[in-house]
Amino acid sequence: MLKKTRMLAAVAAVAGFALAGSYAVAEPADDDLVIDGTMKMTVRAKPPEGHPLDEVRSGWLYRTEETRALEEDTFQNPGMLYVERGEEIWNTADGKAGKSCASCHGEAAASMKGVGASFPKWDADAKRPINIELRINKCRQENMQAEPYKFDHADQKALTTYIKHQSLGMPVSVDLSQGDMQSWWEKGKETYYTRTGQLNLSCASCHELNNGKYIRADHLSQGNVNGFPTYRLKQANMVSLHNRFRGCIRDTRAEYPKAFTDVLMALEVYVTWRGTGLSVETPAVRQ
Amino acid sequence: MFLTRVVFAAALLLVGASSVQAMDLSPDAVKIEDDAIEVSLTGKEGDPAAGRKYFANRKLGNCLACHANKEMSEHLFHGEVGPPLDGVAERYTPEELRAIVVNSKAVFGPETVMPGFYSLDVGKDVRKDLVGKTILTAEEVESIVAYLVTLK
Ligand code: HEC
Ligand code: HEC
Ligand code: HEC
Repeated sequence: MLKKTRMLAAVAAVAGFALAGSYAVAEPADDDLVIDGTMKMTVRAKPPEGHPLDEVRSGWLYRTEETRALEEDTFQNPGMLYVERGEEIWNTADGKAGKSCASCHGEAAASMKGVGASFPKWDADAKRPINIELRINKCRQENMQAEPYKFDHADQKALTTYIKHQSLGMPVSVDLSQGDMQSWWEKGKETYYTRTGQLNLSCASCHELNNGKYIRADHLSQGNVNGFPTYRLKQANMVSLHNRFRGCIRDTRAEYPKAFTDVLMALEVYVTWRGTGLSVETPAVRQ
Repeated sequence: MFLTRVVFAAALLLVGASSVQAMDLSPDAVKIEDDAIEVSLTGKEGDPAAGRKYFANRKLGNCLACHANKEMSEHLFHGEVGPPLDGVAERYTPEELRAIVVNSKAVFGPETVMPGFYSLDVGKDVRKDLVGKTILTAEEVESIVAYLVTLK
């Protein structure tokens, strides 16, 4: 191992660099997210027991002022178009049973309030946790006699966005006491700390050890999921959670699992738990 | 006669383009002792001008992703995951810099976030087309080291 003096020199260099100040300050913003001037979101929360970080923070705090402003205003948030599209789908009959979501669930504002905040949930039939996307597919197949959506079908993203949006402002909370949720949490945790790919990085390398720092042009957040599906400015589209997971794994130069496989479902359970207490922000706006 | 020459030259070019050259030390043959690698991986000195390019190139070193470097102020975005590399040649010998670039984990410990650029000690599920390959070639490592040596 290298000697202490060298590390000290490096620390001094860091300090000198910060003073030079030619780059943006890396700390998360000291700011509150209040949507339309009335709905205050929880963007900093006390971590659940056993959480490795001192404070749980929304990815919103790590975005630029301009990006943050887009999420503060419902009319400017481009993700709201997908919420509207989701509402249309909710009310449209599909499949051989001739039913729409509304036929059974009525007004989503009432029946779906809080639902998005509590997923993934244990599914006794499948004997595994399922997320909103899979719950929608279950209702389409079993209750509507309709085809399940393929991963990242535009309607799947819009309907998921619509359902999650009904929990806007409610705290993320997964129930680990149901079924085998705890062992899926453990599996997800193992994945979170496993280094992958030629670059040999784990989720923790970037989102736990280095959140608050820049990796080239990207300001690293804690990688929380409370805003998903999120509107990404870069893609000018909604991005689903499993798409984001796959993208982050791919960036380590690794093969990445298919959406909704056991590995990614376990990861969703674990990473959702890491964001416990944050408000659901769907549709969040990210860079 | 002319034709055979052209063919011969083309064959040479092909050899030149392949990533592993006959004279290069293979990643398994590289020895790190006292946090240093004494010999050049290519047997030659690197080219600092080429190394400067590899350093910034996102597909090669992409060192700027994690390190700030004042000498490269023409690039807009410098990362902060690792320490700034200003004056790094005053903190390390060339042999130590080579070891850091080749396999940072052997120098800083297994927990470091810095990838090993000429090491086959990599993560799980490596992309199929990259299995058994290092991030950088021996020549690229030597040129980056030659560039780092200029950061005084
Ligand atoms: C024929 C009636 C029917 C239709 C049509 C239907 N569902 Fe369901 N849905 C149910 C039933 C029954 C449940 C299970 C309720 C429970 O477990 O408490 C359910 C559960 C759900 C849940 C989970 C609720 C929770 O609290 O965990 C979601 C989300 C959902 N449905 C979404 C949809 C969507 C979206 C559509 C349209 C694509 C749809 N459903 C169509 C009957 C239906
Ligand atoms: C090389 C660094 C790196 C690694 C490794 C990495 N990510 Fe990311 N991740 C990013 C960057 C950069 C972003 C975009 C900026 C941000 O929010 O951090 C991001 C964003 C995210 C987001 C969106 C956050 C939001 O607020 O919308 C989630 C969720 C996420 N990552 C999860 C993961 C998971 C899970 C893993 C492990 C499988 C992982 N990441 C591995 C770099 C990384
Ligand atoms: C994913 C981020 C990452 C990348 C990419 C990266 N490094 Fe590093 N580097 C680090 C970290 C973190 C450290 C600090 C070592 C430690 O304590 O873990 C470091 C340390 C160093 C040091 C020692 C600096 C000092 O002052 O002690 C040198 C030299 C170095 N890196 C060179 C490079 C070069 C050259 C490249 C490109 C070929 C590179 N790094 C790419 C993260 C990175």
